[in-house]
Amino acid sequence: MRALVYVTLKPSVLDPQGKAVRGALRSLGFDEAADVRVGKLIELTLETSDRTRAEQRVRAMCETLLANTVIEQYRFEIVEGTAP
Amino acid sequence: MSEPAITPEVIRQHGLTGEEYARARQVLGREPNHTELGIFSAMWSEHCSYKSSKIHLRKLPVSGPRVVQGPGENAGVVDIGGGEVAVFKMESHNHPSFIEPVQGAATGVGGILRDVFTMGARPIASLNALRFGLPEAPRMTYLMGGVVHGISLYGNAIGVPTVGGEVWFHPSYNGNILVNAFALGVARRERIFLGKAEGPGNPILYFGSKTGRDGIHGATMASDVFDSEKEARRPTVQVGDPFTEKLLLEACLELMASDVLVGIQDMGAAGLTCSTLEMAGRAGTGVVIDLAKVPRRESGMTPYEVMLSESQERMLMVVRRGREEEALAVVRKWDLDASVIGEVTSDGFARILESGRPVAAVPAAPLSDASPVYDRPVREPASFKARRRLDLAGVPLPSDLGGVLDRLLSSPNLCSREWVYRQYDHTVRAGTVVRPGSDAAVVRPVSTSAKGIAMASDCNPRFCLLDPYLGAAHAVAESARNVACAGARPIAATDCLNFGNPENPEIMWQLARAVEGLAEACRRLGTPIVSGNVSLYNETDGQAIAPTPTVAMVGLMEQASLSVTSWFKDAGDVVVLLGQTREELGATEYLAAIHGREEGAPPGLDLALEAAVQETVIRAVERGLIRSAHDVSEGGLAVALAECCISGCDALGTGWAPRGAAIDLPAGPREDALLFGETASRVILTLREKDLPAFEEIVRGLPDRRPPVRVIGRVGGESLDVRRDGERLLSRPVDLLHRMWHSVFPGLMKP
Amino acid sequence: MKTAIVVFPGSNCDHDAYHVMRHVLGLQAEFVWHKQTSLKGFDLVILPGGFAHGDYLRCGAIARFSPIMEAVADHARKGGPVFGICNGFQVLIEAGLLPGALLRNRGVAFINRDVWVRVENDRTRLTGLCRPGQVLQMPIAHGEGNYTADPGTLARLEGEGRVLFRYVSPSGELDDRFNVNGSANAIAGIVNEAGNVFGMMPHPERNAEPLLGNAQGLVLFESLAGLRPGAEAA
Repeated sequence: MRALVYVTLKPSVLDPQGKAVRGALRSLGFDEAADVRVGKLIELTLETSDRTRAEQRVRAMCETLLANTVIEQYRFEIVEGTAP
Repeated sequence: MSEPAITPEVIRQHGLTGEEYARARQVLGREPNHTELGIFSAMWSEHCSYKSSKIHLRKLPVSGPRVVQGPGENAGVVDIGGGEVAVFKMESHNHPSFIEPVQGAATGVGGILRDVFTMGARPIASLNALRFGLPEAPRMTYLMGGVVHGISLYGNAIGVPTVGGEVWFHPSYNGNILVNAFALGVARRERIFLGKAEGPGNPILYFGSKTGRDGIHGATMASDVFDSEKEARRPTVQVGDPFTEKLLLEACLELMASDVLVGIQDMGAAGLTCSTLEMAGRAGTGVVIDLAKVPRRESGMTPYEVMLSESQERMLMVVRRGREEEALAVVRKWDLDASVIGEVTSDGFARILESGRPVAAVPAAPLSDASPVYDRPVREPASFKARRRLDLAGVPLPSDLGGVLDRLLSSPNLCSREWVYRQYDHTVRAGTVVRPGSDAAVVRPVSTSAKGIAMASDCNPRFCLLDPYLGAAHAVAESARNVACAGARPIAATDCLNFGNPENPEIMWQLARAVEGLAEACRRLGTPIVSGNVSLYNETDGQAIAPTPTVAMVGLMEQASLSVTSWFKDAGDVVVLLGQTREELGATEYLAAIHGREEGAPPGLDLALEAAVQETVIRAVERGLIRSAHDVSEGGLAVALAECCISGCDALGTGWAPRGAAIDLPAGPREDALLFGETASRVILTLREKDLPAFEEIVRGLPDRRPPVRVIGRVGGESLDVRRDGERLLSRPVDLLHRMWHSVFPGLMKP
Repeated sequence: MKTAIVVFPGSNCDHDAYHVMRHVLGLQAEFVWHKQTSLKGFDLVILPGGFAHGDYLRCGAIARFSPIMEAVADHARKGGPVFGICNGFQVLIEAGLLPGALLRNRGVAFINRDVWVRVENDRTRLTGLCRPGQVLQMPIAHGEGNYTADPGTLARLEGEGRVLFRYVSPSGELDDRFNVNGSANAIAGIVNEAGNVFGMMPHPERNAEPLLGNAQGLVLFESLAGLRPGAEAA
């Protein structure tokens, strides 16, 4: 079982990296790039087959370490199988 | 798994000629298997064997009273007094940086730092000499941004200040950028470690990162020209991990403080192959290692792949028998992977096993001793003499000389480098006395020392293109002059020789002539070359780079607190020109940038005068007489004066406010040669007026040659005014010059 | 007066802080490896700059779980002074010993340059020897030093005099150009509620000797060490 954890800055927090990427995209002619937010994708391979328990544990991981909830928000997906 | 058969096609893919393959068979006394072929291919690659350059490199002066270790080890070692030594080297990471600039440059920094701390020295400073194609060339601003980012990623994280270097643009680098990284460390003289596998029976330890498939055949790639067909053979990009390297650094220094260590070498080009064979070769011993014990990051790797992997941040060490647990404990404290993978033997063979099964056996010393040495044909290029002729009558004198100064100061080759070095941590370790932006950086060797070590890198590839001998000699002279301008005495140098395809006799001629020029200048200035690196095949689709023998010079001063920066200090200070301006416009930045002509002979170089100029500056700084010292180079006197006026002030407007100056030059050469000619061996000094007599006394007291000295003006006012015998040549407000000079890179690099 | 300098794997300003305490001020100082669990016998704890654990997830995020951090929190709970510089500041924030967060610099890139910070509160153990409103010059060297906090936290920090330093012009004026990393309210350093845990992004240890600039960073270490008369305990 795997978990895909997405960590991004909260909408209220300025994202200088996203701002820079947006500027670059627009200078390349991608004018439709109205807003860009840069975040992280964390892939976890889990040694468990209990989906409910996996969700609990991943949420705890996010709260403890993977995200800084002062500035960041997270969401995750639990998917079957091992890393491709 | 069965190994591929050795066919002529396989041999060719390994970059070995028929003759080299025959020699390999002779060394072995039989046909090599596939793994052994890989070993020969790596060890005899240009990158590892120096087969094309070796006979020329022998001409370089490599010894001197301060030299503790010359070329041939991981880095050179020079005595700096008080029981301390400086350990330094410069190395190229050109090809990887062109493929992937961030990781290519980052791993270049990582590699050179490992060379230094492998010798037992704590790295205290880095320089980076960068050459790019024209900013408008495809990918070029991307490459430049990536390289600078990669250097900052690695150097900042590991905590070694990047205190200087060069950035230079020329169309010959459009398809081959150059990333030459220099690192310097300091150690106690008696605690220097060498890459020798001594003492049969002593265990061999592997430690650092795990081994993966990255960078297999990096060494052979660095020994070949680029073309689109070879894309497929490009190895996977090596990714640098400065955090692991920091742990490796601390683990090594901790191990070296004990007495368990016999010899140590990092795994750079050709990884495990090069490190095992070189360590055994230098000691005249043999080694046996079992690849099954090598920590791996990927599964299913063949012995061939493990032997040739260039995964970063790995080390090999030989420890005293029975002491391996002590060594492993230190390594594990730093959370690094470690394993005893074999031991030193006495039969002279490198025996490679996989779970006890022999997979390769090659004689260590003969493999390096019998490595091919080529005396490749050289030929002076047909255009050489013609290109050196410059008829000044055909060069129109610009009517607006102030406008020429504006254009030069706002060109990529002469503008401020602040955009680059702001991204480098240049103050970490709390030892940077003179920061980037001056002629040379100065750092203190250890935190409790009053001494200073100055360093600067230099090469003018346009000079080298038009005269490789003279250009290389200028690289030595200018880097030494830069160090002297900080107030330090140049003591030794390292070089990084970047050229095109050595199989082309005209390129080989450039290399041979450049080495002769380096040798002559180093000999005359008393600065031996103690380490270095050769990077050949820097060409794409038949277009070779301008010959680029980069020199990094190291200088020593007893009192770092006396060090001097290049910018004007206070109004009223007297401006002195040391040296004389001749009518020399050949190979200048002015001729190229303003007239679009890359021709003419580079300026002459009188090494006795050069030595006298440097001696004057060093003595005057030691006496505390000098307020600023700046060498006159690209862009000539006008650009150097402008830099003196504005370079103490950063882009935010802090530091020393721009200072004006009123300058009156003696008549002589035509106006553009007077202002923009690049006559060598000139330095702009400022002194307090009251100190002039003491300064003149120093010049009179020089033992041999005395350099021409002339008071040419005074610091003060809001503009740089330059006259010739009272007649105004140009006048520019310094605030305007300051703004133009700082605006170039931020403009180019805007996302 | 004995100082502990906590060494995380990846710390790289540990020697610099040690040098200032040991050689410049002539006090006792020791390195304490992050796997140690006690700070017994130490008066002052410094969390130095660097890239602890590579800063790979977020600056300071992994370091806060190092075994030594419980002892650091304990030292702070008992009122002992703790000083985090640059990465050490980031670690203290991740550990919840100081409020807010540090974002990527406004211009994204890493910046090493001298900045000028104005002392906003001179009645703390870190700033006790400073003059009110004194401007100190020292380098910053970071990629993520853009201080932020929610409006309530910012208001509380301001209201309680817990903003210790603000980025200003060399003459001491608030000027956005000199707030180079884009910090909220130009905040360069703060103190906790109890007045004994300090964090700042600039590096006073890199300008603690005339040879390296003008030694204007030294006053903070002298204050912490109570070296000159006039230093008040918070």
